[in-house]
Amino acid sequence: MKSFEKLTALVVPLDRVNVDTDAIIPKQYLKAIGRAGFGANLFDNWRYLDPGEGKTDGARRPNPDFVLNKPRYKGGQILLARANFGCGSSREHAPWALLEYGIRAIIAPSFADIFFNNSLKNGLLPVILPDEVVDRLFRDVEETPGYALTVDLESGAVVLPDGTRVPFAIDPFRRECLLKGLDDIGWTLQHEADIKRYEERRRAEAPWLFAGE
Amino acid sequence: MGRTLYDKLWDSHVVRELPDGTCLLYIDRHLVHEVTSPQAFAGLRTAGRRLWRQRTNLAVADHNVPTKDRALGIQDETSRVQVETLGRNCADFGITLFAMDDVRQGIVHVVGPEQGATLPGMTIVCGDSHTSTHGAFGALAHGIGTSEVEQVLATQCLLQKRAKPMRVRLAGAMPEGVSAKDLALAVIGRIGTAGGTGHAIEFAGPAVRALSMEGRMTLCNMAIEAGARAGLVAVDETTLSYLAGRPFAPRGALWERAVAAWRDLRSDDDAVFAREVEIDVGTLSPQVTWGTSPEMVVGIGERVPDPSAEADPARRAAMAAALAYMDLAPGTPLAAVPIDVVFIGSCTNARLEDLRAAARMVAGRKVAAGVRALVVPGSGLVKKAAESEGLDRIFADAGFEWRDAGCSMCLAMNADRLEAGERCASTSNRNFEGRQGAGGRTHLVSPAMAAAAAVAGHFVDVRDWAGDA
Repeated sequence: MKSFEKLTALVVPLDRVNVDTDAIIPKQYLKAIGRAGFGANLFDNWRYLDPGEGKTDGARRPNPDFVLNKPRYKGGQILLARANFGCGSSREHAPWALLEYGIRAIIAPSFADIFFNNSLKNGLLPVILPDEVVDRLFRDVEETPGYALTVDLESGAVVLPDGTRVPFAIDPFRRECLLKGLDDIGWTLQHEADIKRYEERRRAEAPWLFAGE
Repeated sequence: MGRTLYDKLWDSHVVRELPDGTCLLYIDRHLVHEVTSPQAFAGLRTAGRRLWRQRTNLAVADHNVPTKDRALGIQDETSRVQVETLGRNCADFGITLFAMDDVRQGIVHVVGPEQGATLPGMTIVCGDSHTSTHGAFGALAHGIGTSEVEQVLATQCLLQKRAKPMRVRLAGAMPEGVSAKDLALAVIGRIGTAGGTGHAIEFAGPAVRALSMEGRMTLCNMAIEAGARAGLVAVDETTLSYLAGRPFAPRGALWERAVAAWRDLRSDDDAVFAREVEIDVGTLSPQVTWGTSPEMVVGIGERVPDPSAEADPARRAAMAAALAYMDLAPGTPLAAVPIDVVFIGSCTNARLEDLRAAARMVAGRKVAAGVRALVVPGSGLVKKAAESEGLDRIFADAGFEWRDAGCSMCLAMNADRLEAGERCASTSNRNFEGRQGAGGRTHLVSPAMAAAAAVAGHFVDVRDWAGDA
């Protein structure tokens, strides 16, 4: 997993509540068996004027009204979003698409649980800030061309252009994994003995779960 | 202090707890399908890892499979490759797979319970958000991403934080013509699509106790649409009689021992929930969604709401965008909305009880001119059972297409999809933009409501239809 320490980057505002994973990456792009190639189809239905049929041949017309296509937001790596971002399916293709496009952090008042988890496991940092702060950021981004923020995971704060620090919470375990780029499997396999002990105990308590083994 | 059902399930699966509350949680059952697993198997191969416990895994292809002319194979190449990749991965790693020509094949969340692979007290995961369905059996079940699919394959564990227990009590008796789907939509309408975020929702109360297992599965299936990763229903006689004799369920003395343990799978009387909601279902009417989020829902007798009456600016903007996408004007009575397509299927509503409810509405009637209607059973076994009752004839005589099992038009990864601008009465779970096909418009309803709409050509109140066929 990519590690995440500190990022200063242009902010892209996506002013919609309940952005679902079907919007982030539509299902016709989920047929791939690899982890790459999803970035070109991030927000596909909003980003292009002609519908995508599962292939990207480069001939599609970008929707000039969609925020990602506006020249002032090109190269943005921090997505500013609204409540319940990432609701819907469990597809990890959603964080894969965001990361491949170049997004490294998302700031929103709330996230859907599965998307939140999937993001953390890929080095995409979901930052929860209070509603009023997010409202203010939307106004500031709109009014300030080139508006950039710093997301500092080490100290757990978003730093505004005027130097104001807005703290955000993250589980210490997740923070550690992100800072070091550690993945869950590697961590878990360090505790093999615990898993085996649990299985022994469980086999005695609930033998029907181990029938035939 | 008493414990909630969620607490009991969680506590019995903690392998190790970290100081910040993150737990290594043991997983008893892993259901696998073709869309979210290929990258996980590739990860195992790259790292040279084996499965921790082969027999906890059960696989089936459902999202991409065709629902007709199966003998011809899968025409779309990328879909075919994905389904074949699942087959190869299962063969290489020794996982039981119900292949496309196996009568047990179907939607993973229909197959698990039908086989008794879903049991009370289990932790159950699958790379699909509608894994919440299995919570109907008093199991802790939730969707996971592909990284977690790989972790479960390799370690039988997940790193998780405890959710907050929430109880939704459904009081009163469900009126005639109102189904579990209507309860689910009404709950989402009440608490919103983020209402259950961070929570596991236990559905309780007399209306839940009165539901069949099929109905409870429909309710828990849509817990994720209320933001909760997991839905739960306590174990009772209905649960036990559903499971007895299923192929993967324990037998004989083991069954007796399991049942004794399962009887404790309910919240203690003095258990405390982080949040409680109560809804009286006695006055509920059949529900229809009007927008592009499942929380945008009203009763069939109501009208499309007016965004200008909404105080919150973000919500107002979302409502206006939804109405533009759905091509609906504020104030339109839902019953006046004409439809082009009817889809009866999905992990929400493709079980035998659902097909029976739909068939009751169409028996002796015809699908309205210009309406395309299809029924996609949840599994090969559901299809077979329905055919043995003659439901296939009822649907076919009315002009419905009778298909093979799969996810089909719920998410349109196979050939079954809406064309841009088409409006669909669907028994599925998500009305997101483009969900059933780019530009397609989805209205979520119960099986009876969808079937009646197919006949009428527009939404109707099934309570006016009962018994007048």
